[in-house]
Amino acid sequence: MIQEPFVNDTSPMQRLDPRSRILMATAFAFVVALSDLLSALLPALVVSAVLMVISGLPVRDVLKRLMVVNGFVLFLWLVVPVTFPGTPLFHLGPLTATWEGVLVSARITIKCNAILLVFIALVAVSPVATLGAALARMRVPEKIVLLLLMSYRYIFVMETEYQRLARSASVRGFRPSTSIHTYRTFAYLIGMLFVRASARAERVYAAMLCRGFSGKFHSLRDFSFSKKDGIWAVCMTGALLAIGAAEWMH
Amino acid sequence: MDALNPVIELEQIRFGYDAGKPVLNDLTFSLHEGQKVGLIGYNGSGKTTLLHLIMGLVTPSSGTIRVLGRRIETRKDFLKVRRTIGLVFQNADDQLFSPTVLEDVAFGPLNLGKTPKEARRMAMETLESLNLQGFEDRITHRLSGGEKRLVSLATVLVMQPKALLLDEPTTGLDEKARVRIAFLLNHLDISMVIVSHEYDFLKEAVPRIYSMKDGRIQYDADTGALHGHIHRHPAERHPHRL
Repeated sequence: MIQEPFVNDTSPMQRLDPRSRILMATAFAFVVALSDLLSALLPALVVSAVLMVISGLPVRDVLKRLMVVNGFVLFLWLVVPVTFPGTPLFHLGPLTATWEGVLVSARITIKCNAILLVFIALVAVSPVATLGAALARMRVPEKIVLLLLMSYRYIFVMETEYQRLARSASVRGFRPSTSIHTYRTFAYLIGMLFVRASARAERVYAAMLCRGFSGKFHSLRDFSFSKKDGIWAVCMTGALLAIGAAEWMH
Repeated sequence: MDALNPVIELEQIRFGYDAGKPVLNDLTFSLHEGQKVGLIGYNGSGKTTLLHLIMGLVTPSSGTIRVLGRRIETRKDFLKVRRTIGLVFQNADDQLFSPTVLEDVAFGPLNLGKTPKEARRMAMETLESLNLQGFEDRITHRLSGGEKRLVSLATVLVMQPKALLLDEPTTGLDEKARVRIAFLLNHLDISMVIVSHEYDFLKEAVPRIYSMKDGRIQYDADTGALHGHIHRHPAERHPHRL
């Protein structure tokens, strides 16, 4: 079952306006992604760690999530240092690792983890429903918000349907192997999933029409920007400016 | 009861999905204010099609549809119909698409142009009337089958329709949920058409049951034949009649 493991009602982050959290996380991602100096990236990593501590999310779960991404980063570490041209650092048989290569890998690792931490701390603490409403209030195009909310709603249904199909194949003795029969079976499963998804989409749309849907999506939620949100926005903007200054003052 | 104003009138409706045998063949039907009717029939007898036709989701090849005495033909007419008549779909997962229960129930009123505040109040009242208070922040896809069905009913009732169409409201439900829905429908003060293939359920929910056969509603149906299959009567005190 797909879950939202970081949704946490008790997190202090939940008391902040989700719009400003989304905005700040996005701004942070841009600033960090565009920075290249360690003197900017390391403070950014510290900021993200501080936000993570404030959010009060279980450290172990967050680290587990980070491991997934760092698995990919590991591949970078295997390839980039020995292929990047620059000052040799050490030799490994026929391969030469360069100082520049190591630096590039380190920068990517820090950027990636800092951005991820900030998004977990600021955005993943809210349920997708709240985020959708917040995005709608931020004047993100309605269609994109609807796409997000509908995917979120029906991904569970599709998952159960897939499991039902897969189960019915396995109770009839289907064991995946490397054979044309396996490929064909999976193709059928996926094809059937698409057929069902499209049929369901039609029924959902019909149900929406029956309740007066005319293309416009209205939101129930109203967010208010409080004094606390103001203080937080000022602090976060300050931190972002400092990171930016460290990068571009040089 | 028939002296009251008709809400839905169908005359000589013909409809087929392809060139073959028509699903509905010269079907004539009317539902009056306050009337509750059950429609029973085999799979593929055109029950669901009939409901979709009333809502304008499919178009008949011939015949006339009247709602509240007015003839319904254009797409615009049907837009109005959808504010007057509520359809509860067979599969609650098709009906409930919002992340939370409150948002889903408020979807209809918001479409009708209510303010968020009004929509919220209407949604809460409807949930309360169905004994679903405390459900507003539940995530729709995590509800049980019976809960989903009740919430779907709420999403339609909140629009205060003049008539309610229910498509197989008990599919996949256990006995307890079935009894609860039957009780609820029995006590709702609104005209309705319930389509089902469960005679026992229909009998609990509505006073009048017609059967559908060969694309038509059988008004002179032999109730004995309709009743010929073996089934339980959960409460013996209910007289054995239609």
